[in-house]
Amino acid sequence: MRVMAQLSMVMNLDKCIGCHTCSVTCKQAWTNRAGTEYVWFNNVETRPGQGYPRRYEDQDTWQGGWTLDRKGRLKPRSGGRARRMLGIFSNPLLPTIADYYEPWTYDYETLTTAPLQDDVPVARPYSLISGEPTKVEWSANWDDDLGGGPDIAGRDPVVQKISDAIRLDYERAFMFYLPRICEHCLNPACMAACPSGAIYKRAEDGIVLVDQDGCRGWRMCVTGCPYKKIYFNHRTGKAEKCTFCYPRVEVGLPTVCSETCVGRLRYIGVLLYDADKVTAAAETEDDKALYEAQLGVFLDPEDPEVIAAARRDGVPETWLEAARRSPVHALINRYRVALPLHPEFRTMPMVWYIPPLSPVVDALRDTGHDGEDAGNLFGAIEALRIPVRYLAGLFTAGDPEPVAAVLRKLAAMRSYMRDTNLGDPADEAKAAAVGMSGRDMQDMYRLLALAKYDERYVIPTQAAAEAAALEESACPVDYDYDEHGRDRTSGPFGEASGRPAPASVESFHALKDRQTTGALVSPGDRKGRVNLLNWDGKGRPGGLFPRRGKGDE
Amino acid sequence: MNLLLWVALPYVAIACLVGGTVWRYRYDRFGWTTRSSELYEKRLLRIASPLFHFGLIFVILGHIAGLVVPEDWTEAVHVPESAYHAVSLVAGSIAGAAAVAGLALLVYRRRTSGPVFSATTRNDKLMYVLLGGSLLLGLGVTVIENGIRGPYDYRETVGPWFRDVFLLRPDPDLMARIPLLYKFHVLLGLVLTALFPFTRLIHAFAAPWRYPFRPYIVYRSRGGRGPATRDPARGWEPVTRR
Ligand code: SF4
Ligand code: SF4
Repeated sequence: MRVMAQLSMVMNLDKCIGCHTCSVTCKQAWTNRAGTEYVWFNNVETRPGQGYPRRYEDQDTWQGGWTLDRKGRLKPRSGGRARRMLGIFSNPLLPTIADYYEPWTYDYETLTTAPLQDDVPVARPYSLISGEPTKVEWSANWDDDLGGGPDIAGRDPVVQKISDAIRLDYERAFMFYLPRICEHCLNPACMAACPSGAIYKRAEDGIVLVDQDGCRGWRMCVTGCPYKKIYFNHRTGKAEKCTFCYPRVEVGLPTVCSETCVGRLRYIGVLLYDADKVTAAAETEDDKALYEAQLGVFLDPEDPEVIAAARRDGVPETWLEAARRSPVHALINRYRVALPLHPEFRTMPMVWYIPPLSPVVDALRDTGHDGEDAGNLFGAIEALRIPVRYLAGLFTAGDPEPVAAVLRKLAAMRSYMRDTNLGDPADEAKAAAVGMSGRDMQDMYRLLALAKYDERYVIPTQAAAEAAALEESACPVDYDYDEHGRDRTSGPFGEASGRPAPASVESFHALKDRQTTGALVSPGDRKGRVNLLNWDGKGRPGGLFPRRGKGDE
Repeated sequence: MNLLLWVALPYVAIACLVGGTVWRYRYDRFGWTTRSSELYEKRLLRIASPLFHFGLIFVILGHIAGLVVPEDWTEAVHVPESAYHAVSLVAGSIAGAAAVAGLALLVYRRRTSGPVFSATTRNDKLMYVLLGGSLLLGLGVTVIENGIRGPYDYRETVGPWFRDVFLLRPDPDLMARIPLLYKFHVLLGLVLTALFPFTRLIHAFAAPWRYPFRPYIVYRSRGGRGPATRDPARGWEPVTRR
């Protein structure tokens, strides 16, 4: 047993209202530079829908993730080491910008400079890639709220696995949102595919990062990742991915997407796992058994044997304590209501989801029943096969049983709590029917419905040094030119070579540039960002909102 | 003049190559990338890039065989000059033609595909001229000097000169007598060598030869330091270094 600790996330999909706040704040914090216009570390997809990039889940096309070779050993689906080395000069499995979308802006200037005329002037869209006029035909959430109708949603790879006859029927019946970030996998295929060895998993907290100095732009990781959550920055020629906001979690703050989540549906906490078991679990032959196999990799932080082994392996005491209080551990292991996204990709993802009950409730209501009634709900979970099968296609490689079990628990909890709230005596039979106690019901309800900030985010700090020693405090704001008077933000070998600009300088210039620039595509816009990284949710970060007027700052 | 071209220039080129690479490694590892444009366009690239790169690899192997291996060695294993020549002519022409064709297609793609063209820097353009020039001249010497105008045994002049440069006893007289086309080819090659580390060509030195030998999964430690206490360096920098 080799005990390791990882920060991971659970999202409660029933609460997602699809507002995209998480995506926008993430973009503001991390990817509002040139070269990352199309990059969404966090995106929110409407399901059924094609996702972002389009149909990324179709691994027959994109060849992401792992498969088992003839001897039953793991092998990247896009090919092993030899094949990758021979194919290094071109990577036909790389999605092109058309598979994402061509980012654009508008020439707003014409609105104010157009001469007096009969027609209302329009701002035309311009491509941010080529600077040419463009036609907007797709975006990161073009099919939001089933926009585009059954034609687009019907090309959802998960839908296509369910037979066509059922398809039309349920498209009218339900819809939900799926927010996605990098899964910070235990067995990352992006890492396996990287020829330079620049992608690594941090031993302390399991965050998967790209070493920007080690990346040489081979683009193999983009192919390797089945979730397409690693992106190629086309200006700097380097791969970039979700960082789990490591500068924030290192000091105990939740990620920006969690911090700003309107539905308060994200949970962050520590999971202990046995690093020696990961590969064997990922080699489990049956796709449908992978969920259970991954559960088997996690360790119980209350178990004295695990605690002793964790101490031996150098897991800090604060992390063990956090693991015991971890909401993520509770939802995944104790109540077993969270499920992994596409375990069949065999990367052992570490961002899990509580499947939504709403599709079933909606479908019930459409048939004229009371969607909140427990009896009806239980019956519907069994009877309305399609939503359950769809969810199973997402979370359990198509096995409906675990999904149905989770939904039954959620339905039981609703019903149990409804009794309590209405002053009726608690019906322990309802809890027992799903294998839980009344106490569990109450606790789970508390965690899912009421949990406050510090219950949803139990994040131990990297304790060795003080939180005050943040990057920001180490560099004054007037740090825009180096000691020789050169602009730090540009180097001699093109975009972004040489030393980088510290975050504070970027936001300072960002504001200035934003307010003064008239250009559509200028290399200067890479400085443009409001820095949310060190924002703790209190007050207003400078530049996030426009000024209201004089004296307001 | 001979001294300048065939003694000074090679050493300057080598110094630039080594010094520039070291400097870039220390100063600009972030800028060290293939700067791929595959995201914009991959249909043409799929053919052109492997064609060019594999062609170039064989061209480089051919140069090593021709310049580094002395004539006595091949004769010692009973390979007559004529046989060597035939092999070098045929293999060299094929590899050279592949590389030139690949490069031509790449330049065509760069020119016609809008986003790729706008991602082209001046540095790239200079590099393309030099690289294309060297390749064309190289193909020229192979086909014209070695083929059409009859065999030219560069292993009696260019080869020894090349080795002598590294043995620190350069002999410019060896080069004074070689055909003009050869001279241009060597000169352009030297200029390209000098500029090599300052162009995107440097990605050749990033060839991932270690990949086949490393485990798939890579763990790195933060190294026991506190939260973000490093100097205000790149926000994305690996936490393990420095
Ligand atoms: S989800 Fe993240 S960690 Fe997993 S393979 Fe993709 S980029 Fe790598
Ligand atoms: S901010 Fe929260 S509620 Fe809004 S889309 Fe993102 S995950 Fe859903």
